[in-house]
Amino acid sequence: MTAVSSSGAARIAFHDWGWRYAGRDAWALRGLDLVVEPGERVAVVGPSGAGKSTVLRAVAAVLADEPDPDDDTAAAVQGSVLVDGADPRAVRGRVGLVMQDPEAHTVMSRIGDDVAFGCENTGVPRAETWERVRHALGVVGLDLPLDRSTSRLSGGQRQRLALAGVLAMRPGVLVLDEPCANLDPEGVAQVHDAVRALLHTSGATMLVVEHRIGTWLDLVDRLVLLEPGGGVVADGTPASVLAEHGPALTAAGVWVPGAEPARGSSRAGGGRPVAPSTERAGGSAPGAPVAGGAFRPLDEDTALLEARGLATARGGILGRAGGTRVGSGIDLGIRRGRVLAVTGPNGVGKSTLGLTLAGLLRPSGGTLLATPDLAGEAGDAPIRWTSRQLAARIGSVFQDPGHQFVARSVREELGAGPRALGMSDADARVEELLDAFGLRHLADANPFTLSGGEQRRLAIGAVVASRPPVVVLDEPTSGQDRATWQAVVDLLGALADAGTALVVVTHDRDLVRALDADEAVLAADGARAVPPAGTAVPPDGRGDPSAGPGAPSAGPDAPSTGPGGPRPTTEVHR
Amino acid sequence: MTTPTTRAGAGGRAEPPGRTRRGVAGVQPVAAMLGVLALGLCLVTSLDVVSAAVALALELLLLPVLRIPPRTLLLRASPVLVAVPLTALSIALYGRPSGREWFDLGFVHVTDGSLTLALATALRVLAVGLPAVVLFVGVDPTDLADGLAQLLRLPARFVLGALAAVRMTTLLGEDWRQLARARRARGLADHGRLRRGASMAFALLVLALRRATTLAVAMESRGFGAPGPRTWARQARFAGPEWAMVAVLVGIGVASIGVAVAAGTWRA
Repeated sequence: MTAVSSSGAARIAFHDWGWRYAGRDAWALRGLDLVVEPGERVAVVGPSGAGKSTVLRAVAAVLADEPDPDDDTAAAVQGSVLVDGADPRAVRGRVGLVMQDPEAHTVMSRIGDDVAFGCENTGVPRAETWERVRHALGVVGLDLPLDRSTSRLSGGQRQRLALAGVLAMRPGVLVLDEPCANLDPEGVAQVHDAVRALLHTSGATMLVVEHRIGTWLDLVDRLVLLEPGGGVVADGTPASVLAEHGPALTAAGVWVPGAEPARGSSRAGGGRPVAPSTERAGGSAPGAPVAGGAFRPLDEDTALLEARGLATARGGILGRAGGTRVGSGIDLGIRRGRVLAVTGPNGVGKSTLGLTLAGLLRPSGGTLLATPDLAGEAGDAPIRWTSRQLAARIGSVFQDPGHQFVARSVREELGAGPRALGMSDADARVEELLDAFGLRHLADANPFTLSGGEQRRLAIGAVVASRPPVVVLDEPTSGQDRATWQAVVDLLGALADAGTALVVVTHDRDLVRALDADEAVLAADGARAVPPAGTAVPPDGRGDPSAGPGAPSAGPDAPSTGPGGPRPTTEVHR
Repeated sequence: MTTPTTRAGAGGRAEPPGRTRRGVAGVQPVAAMLGVLALGLCLVTSLDVVSAAVALALELLLLPVLRIPPRTLLLRASPVLVAVPLTALSIALYGRPSGREWFDLGFVHVTDGSLTLALATALRVLAVGLPAVVLFVGVDPTDLADGLAQLLRLPARFVLGALAAVRMTTLLGEDWRQLARARRARGLADHGRLRRGASMAFALLVLALRRATTLAVAMESRGFGAPGPRTWARQARFAGPEWAMVAVLVGIGVASIGVAVAAGTWRA
């Protein structure tokens, strides 16, 4: 039954299949007919709510609830899904699943044990298990000692570890549910190469779901487009489906290669529709941005925060220096109406820098100064501000919206900040934001019950509700489909157009481009700023104040390319 | 937690990575667990000073074998060191009075009898607590889980579930710090500590449930809970070192009883 020793690719067949989750009225998916022959590699795409994940989970036999035809609130199933002619639950171990969140699916605390976990469960003899473990780790290119702890792995390493765990089980099917959604570009490349090697070694059938489908196009030979309630709408080679259904795919939230957003496309200066008027109205709150036009005034390029020789450390407890030093020698200027993207590989301290700039972590060296324009009557060190002083000046949007929700309804969530600050127009502000952020129909819903994209919008809305002149965001676009991405990025562009200074910690190149952001690239040995002229605080004082920020930048995207056009490179090392 | 010894990975032979820790730290934790349990049973048979003192003296003599730096030792043993004087004090004050009376305050009697009992209890708590703390703090949960499942035959589902849960608690610490930062950033951290704590606790619960669900799916997708026999990639051994550990701990208990009986102080 467990089919441990069977090898070779498996055949998947859905016949008029449908699934309804427990407690839901609507079917996640209905009437699906899809056959995947052994060894085929299929990418499944479609808008949110089309049931892509449900399809993958059915194949992997991890749909949580047991269908019960006698109970209306229980899960329900129709038709059949077969893996090699059998119920997927009977051939568990033949199907290997890798999911989105790298953190949440490492099972064991040592690398070797984690890879061996699946073999143990399916009764593989001990000696053979370790043979498979070594082989699998070699295939995915994870060349680390077997007893190394899994807790310090990067996202890309974790996903490769999960792939090795799947490979060690000799799967007939590899099922990938957005495996690259939370990875930096390097991690994406690593996982892509590991999957290619895995497929080469095992010859397994593959099913993959990913918003940024371009990652997998060279490995798949079929593209299947699902529609909510409509089943399979298009099915064919990637080239033909992309050619015939390109606009439909983009509308469905798929990142179609070649349709990336243009530079500055989400900024007013870049020809985009301007900010919602509510976002530009700000001005009554203390220290609120005063810029009101649809374009950025050239002479209002006011510095709000300045970092000089800043060093950051994570793990230190508030009020006590210490922890692990992760960044140093960072010189930055945060300016009104500008977007600063903090980029660089995983693990160099991007998030830590974000928290430090946001006044939430104590700098472990150097200085972070708030200029009088920002500080007002408060002191010049954000870490020493009271919570309310901070909230009126610097807002923080966390990577996981779940960390920052404090209220029981969307309406209360939006009002929590303004009320804490005693803003007199708190209620009016909430009403504005419900519309501006497309949350009105959810006003009474619990924030934790919203979808991923809705949670993200709410998280941003709840922070800008207090009209802080500076907003720091950590990975605001990770793991989003194209439509959600566009909504979030347009909101950010509108905020910047209205004069808010944005700091965005990100590995999303499209975001950097669409917001026409200045860029600070963190590296293990220091920080390198790639700002337009005049915004940096160069240690050698060679900033060129003449080039205004309003001019559409022709600067190159890649941070490593040196001074191009009006962008001098400032390199800062320890 | 993990030692830097990288025995594993050397050579491509299909051999499970062996014990990665040397010395006492490499002994299967289940042995220490059984041994300390046996020692405790020996020591509760009597309530005299001699048996507890002998056991403690033997343990202190053996302590250098573990090669634990004094600082670490003090740190690990601190809960026991705090508990001992408190236990002793309460017994000295409230223990059954007998012999000469030193102090009487109605409900508080300090007598020869209660002082002796306090000393005996203090030594006893130390004699059981010290080996327990020294041998268990720093145990790798994976080793303990292997032992519990393979040697004591506890259900694999239960043991591995608990192991995964232990691993996830480290993530909860970072979650809690993020929750606190998010509240400071929203202007909600100046007062109302209690209410804020409640809202953070709720959010932490939601996050933990979400993580647990994902982890359960991940484990299930890798055949966890599949019908049929489960194998164990790491063999939990109960051999020479383990028997030696049990023998030493039981030996300490037996010796303490023997000396007490010989000295005539042993009383059941």
